[in-house]
Amino acid sequence: MSTLTEAPPPLAPQAPEPKPPKRRGRWTPYWLLLPGILWLVVFFALPMIYQASTSVQTGSLEEGYKVTWHFATYWDALSAYWPQFVRSVLYAGTATILCLLLGYPLAYLIAFRAGRWKNLIMILVIAPFFTSFLIRTLAWKTILADGGPVVGALNTLHVLDVTDWLGMTAGDRVLATPLAVVCGLTYNFLPFMILPLYTSLERIDGRLHEAAGDLYARPWTTFRKVTFPLSMPGVVSGTLLTFIPAAGDYVNADLLGSTDTRMVGNVIQTQFLRVLDYPTAAALSFILMAAILLMVTLYIRRSGTEDLV
Amino acid sequence: MPFVNWLKRNLVVLAGLLTLGYLLLPNVVVTVFSFNKPKGRFNYEWQQFSLDAWKDPCGVSGLCGSLSLSLQIAVWATLGATLLGTLIAFALVRYRFRARGAVNSLIFLPMAMPEVVMAASLLTLFLNMGAQLGFWTILIAHIMFCLSFVVTAVKARVMSMDPKLEEAARDLYAGPFQTFVRVTLPIAAPGIAAGALLAFALSFDDFIITNFNAGSTVTFPMFVWGSAQRGTPVQINVIGTTMFVVAVLFVLVSMLAGNRRNRQKA
Repeated sequence: MSTLTEAPPPLAPQAPEPKPPKRRGRWTPYWLLLPGILWLVVFFALPMIYQASTSVQTGSLEEGYKVTWHFATYWDALSAYWPQFVRSVLYAGTATILCLLLGYPLAYLIAFRAGRWKNLIMILVIAPFFTSFLIRTLAWKTILADGGPVVGALNTLHVLDVTDWLGMTAGDRVLATPLAVVCGLTYNFLPFMILPLYTSLERIDGRLHEAAGDLYARPWTTFRKVTFPLSMPGVVSGTLLTFIPAAGDYVNADLLGSTDTRMVGNVIQTQFLRVLDYPTAAALSFILMAAILLMVTLYIRRSGTEDLV
Repeated sequence: MPFVNWLKRNLVVLAGLLTLGYLLLPNVVVTVFSFNKPKGRFNYEWQQFSLDAWKDPCGVSGLCGSLSLSLQIAVWATLGATLLGTLIAFALVRYRFRARGAVNSLIFLPMAMPEVVMAASLLTLFLNMGAQLGFWTILIAHIMFCLSFVVTAVKARVMSMDPKLEEAARDLYAGPFQTFVRVTLPIAAPGIAAGALLAFALSFDDFIITNFNAGSTVTFPMFVWGSAQRGTPVQINVIGTTMFVVAVLFVLVSMLAGNRRNRQKA
């Protein structure tokens, strides 16, 4: 159980590794590393190079492709598909913020207030993972169905008027709108936010809360000045673990959205698997990778947790 | 105003429980709709109660075949990733060597990369090599992306291990092999098990990477994806519900067993 909650430790800051003791057998570590690292080099690193090379090729399916350093593909791909890029960032960004807002209370509840229910709630957070996420995403089609109770309630509460004004819904529908896609993304990646948040909240010494209270801090001040800053590592790794997969996702946009909600993942998927325009698809995928790596690096720098890896 | 005070004190609990509800609502819907008898091809609207799908879970052609294929791939991918990942984890914790930073980033990057990028680039490799897409390409891909998760799970456990235990074993004249099998491995076992469990779940439920590298082979997630286009049989809800119940029972039983063992020790 506890190890599952530690699933994202690469992003969580760790204590500096103790210097491993020197051992006999100079070559032993290399033998241990060899098979796994070879696997990652051949099936993870090498494909990146192949993809980069594919993106600057020209040709056709029939005659084959050749590397012609045709960098214009990048420009063409960007100018044709920039709306999908913008949408990916917007949807994934909104979903990440929603995940933080929704996930924080639950992580806090599990860490400090659950008492004997702690393990049960933890199981309930993780258990949905074991039902195929596609089946669970399809369930949102039922939940958000036109004229269903959820849409009716949102309508009565005038929530739909607000989202309508924001351009997230159109009329009395939720399905096939950006709101449905964001809702699906939020739902699918929420556990990736909750688990690292919980891990870092759990580490906080309860006496700090008492101390803050003794110094006449109100609960809200205690949260703002003590709890939240101490949970920053969890916030950083949680937002990354939510944003990265959400930005590349195409399942939610496909199942819950419409042609107006297509994200960059959808374009890469159709270009690769249906249109078979490999150079454009490879260029788009390369841009997505570069953009995400850049954002992650900047974000980690800014949040000051550089010892993440 | 005792109610307002109570509300103030328990606001975070209420908000947390609402989120929990949001997380569990789809599972409730999946379960309820496994007892549905839909009118058309899609199982999105409630019609009437029926046990038809539960009586005949394999009644849709291709469904149980895809399920057994997914289980096979998940088992092999778990074995492969756990073996390779455990070796890497031990090398990282126990030895000093050059290129440590490069190895660490090679482990970290697959977890920081959107799945669609890994999927697309791996496909370009397979296309360039002229590989036949199918069982083997799926297995290769699954071992690749599960590996990093196993490494981190096992590494965390091995790092927290007390080196004095192994020294003690050596002092008692256990050979290196004996020390490893009788002392090191049992202590590392929970980490390895957690890594394996994670690998199994990731592989079994993977869609995006499989979608790119499966060719015409249909795993269970691929079957569900296809049915979202053609018509969703009630049977996929039956399977989803069963998976959920089995997983919760499995965790509950193992937790109860752990509790009992702890009590016996005490």
